Amino acid sequence: MPLEFERPLVELEEKIRALEATAREQNLDLSDEIELLKGKLERLQREIFAGLTPWQRVQVARAPGRPTTLDVAERIFEDFYELRGDRAFADDPAIVGGLARFAGRRVVFVGHQKGRNTKENIARNFGMPHPEGYRKAMRLMDLADREGVPFLAFIDTPGAYPGVSAEERGQAWVIARSIQRMSRLRVPAVAVILGEGGSGGALAIGVGNRVLILENAWYSVISPESCAAILWRDAKEAERAAAALKLTARDLLELGVVDRIVPEPGGGAHKNPEGAIRELESALLAVLRELEGLSPEELWQDRYRKFRALGAFEES
Amino acid sequence: MAIERLFRRRRTRGEGREVPDLWIRCQACGSQLYKKDLEQNLGVCPHCGHHHRIPVEDWVRILADEGSFEAITGKVRPVDALSFVDTEPYPERLARYQQKTGRPDAIYGGRATIGGVKSVLLVMDYAFAGGSMGSVVGEEIARGAELAAREDRALVIVTASGGARMQEGALSLMQMAKTTMALEFVFQKRLPYVSILTHPTTGGVTASFATLADVILAEPDALIGFAGPRVIKQTIRQDLPEGFQRSEFLLKHGLLDAVVDRRKLKEELVRVLRLFSEDPDAA
Ligand SMILES: [Zn+2]
Repeated sequence: MPLEFERPLVELEEKIRALEATAREQNLDLSDEIELLKGKLERLQREIFAGLTPWQRVQVARAPGRPTTLDVAERIFEDFYELRGDRAFADDPAIVGGLARFAGRRVVFVGHQKGRNTKENIARNFGMPHPEGYRKAMRLMDLADREGVPFLAFIDTPGAYPGVSAEERGQAWVIARSIQRMSRLRVPAVAVILGEGGSGGALAIGVGNRVLILENAWYSVISPESCAAILWRDAKEAERAAAALKLTARDLLELGVVDRIVPEPGGGAHKNPEGAIRELESALLAVLRELEGLSPEELWQDRYRKFRALGAFEES
Repeated sequence: MAIERLFRRRRTRGEGREVPDLWIRCQACGSQLYKKDLEQNLGVCPHCGHHHRIPVEDWVRILADEGSFEAITGKVRPVDALSFVDTEPYPERLARYQQKTGRPDAIYGGRATIGGVKSVLLVMDYAFAGGSMGSVVGEEIARGAELAAREDRALVIVTASGGARMQEGALSLMQMAKTTMALEFVFQKRLPYVSILTHPTTGGVTASFATLADVILAEPDALIGFAGPRVIKQTIRQDLPEGFQRSEFLLKHGLLDAVVDRRKLKEELVRVLRLFSEDPDAA
C-alpha cells in the first residue's frame, strides 16, 4: 500500500510498466518515451520527498520495506553471528545483536528489530522491547568493552513496551541502566536511527559518540500520537504534534541531537533499501574512522562532553 | 507555613476576598482534618496515612538540618528552543508556572547537611508542569551531581515527575543521558546517592537518574513506573492488577529498597547516609 503522497509516483510507475509491456509485446521501440517518463518520475520523487511534512516523514519512517537492523546486518557485515538471551529471564525478539565483522574489523552490534511482515511483527512485538531486551543489549555492551571493539547500535522502535509484565520487571530501571552502561563504554560507539526513535526505549541504545539518522527517520521524547493525545486530547492531532516536536532529521541536526544525516535514495529507504544501506555503510565507516584514533578514556570523555552539552536554557 | 499554599483558599461569598480555610478534607479517606494538624504531621493523614503532596520548601525543611540549607538552583532559566505551541505557546505556559511556583523551572535544591552528613539535596516540583524534565531540570541535576562530587557530598534527590517535558522534544529526552552521565562523578568518588521517589514518578525521570541511586526509597502508595497506567491500559485492553505500579508492589518486585513513611523518612535517610561513612560521628 503506497502512502498517500506517493500516489502520483505510483501512477507514473504504472504508466512506465505499461509502456514497457507494450514495447515487449508488440516489439516496438518506446525507449525514448520510457526514458522521458523515468526522468519525470525521478524529478517528481525528488520534489515530493523534499517537501514532505514532518508527519509524512513519520509515515515514511514506518513504511514496510524500510531496512531493519537484520537487513542492515546481512548487507554490511562480512559475517555476523546473532547472540540471544539476557541470561536471566528470556530472549527478547524485539532486540537483536551479536558479533560481526564490518569492513575488516570486529564489531559488536545491537538493534531494535521490527518484523518484515505482520506475522513477524507480532512475533517481534513491533520492535517494542521488554526489560530482557535491554538486558541483552547491556550484555553485548559488556562484550564490546571486554573485547575492545566498536559498538554499533541500530534504533528503530515506537518505544519500549508499555505493558504490565514490562513494568513488573522494571522497564524504567533497565532503560536507565542501559543508558548508563552505554555511556560507560570505553570503545567507539555509534548509534543510527534507522526508522523510529521512540523516546527512552530508543535512547537506551542511543548513547553513541556519534549519532546518525536516516533522512526520513524520526527521534523524539514521545510519539506524535501520544503527544497529541496528551496535549490536544486528541490523537488525530498527531500531524500538528509531529511538526511541533521538531523530530525530523534536519531539526535534530540543528538541535545538536544527531551528528550526521544519512541520505536516503529517491522515493525513500523503503523503495530502495539496498541504496539506503549502501549510504549508511559509508557513513558508518567514516565516523568509525574518526573515532578509532581515540583512546578508551578519550572515547568516554568525548561521549560525556557531547551529552553534557545538550539542552537549551539561559543563565540569569 | 509553605504547606498552606497546597490547599485551596475558599472564597467567602459576598465578601469577595479570600480567607484561608482552617479545615481540609483528606484526599484519600475524606476525613475532616485541622490544617495545622496535617501540617504538623508532614502532610500525612493521621487517620489513613495518606501522603499528601507537600511543597518543595517543606521537603527541604523535613530533610535538611535546620539552618544548613543553601540554595544552588534558580539561575538556570528555560527557553523555547522549539518554538513549541500546543493549546498555548510554551513561553506562556512557562510564565504561568513560574508565577505559580516562584521558581524558573521544576526543581529546587542546594547544599545542606542531613543528620550532619554533607549533602546536595535536590527536590523536583510537581506543581511546575507536573515536575516534567526539560533542559533546566536536566542541567540542575547534572550540576547538583557535579557539585556533590566536587565537594565530597552525598547526593539526595526527591523526585515527583510525569516524565520528560514534551515541549522541549528531543532535548528533553537527552536530559536522561545527561543526568545519568553526570552521576558518574558521584559514583567515581564513592559518594552515596539516595533517591526518594514520591507520587508520582514516571517516564523519563524513572528511566534515568531516579532509579540509578545506590539506595532507592519510596513513599507509601506512590505511583512509580515507566509508562503511565492509562497508556498501559490502552495497550493491553485489560484492567490493571490491584496496587499495580505502587510502591509496595514495586518493593515486592525487587525494584525499591524500602517504602518509608514520611514521618520516619529523615531518620531512615540519616541512618542510610551514615552507613556509607567510615566514621559516622565525624560528621
Ligand atoms: Zn485520610
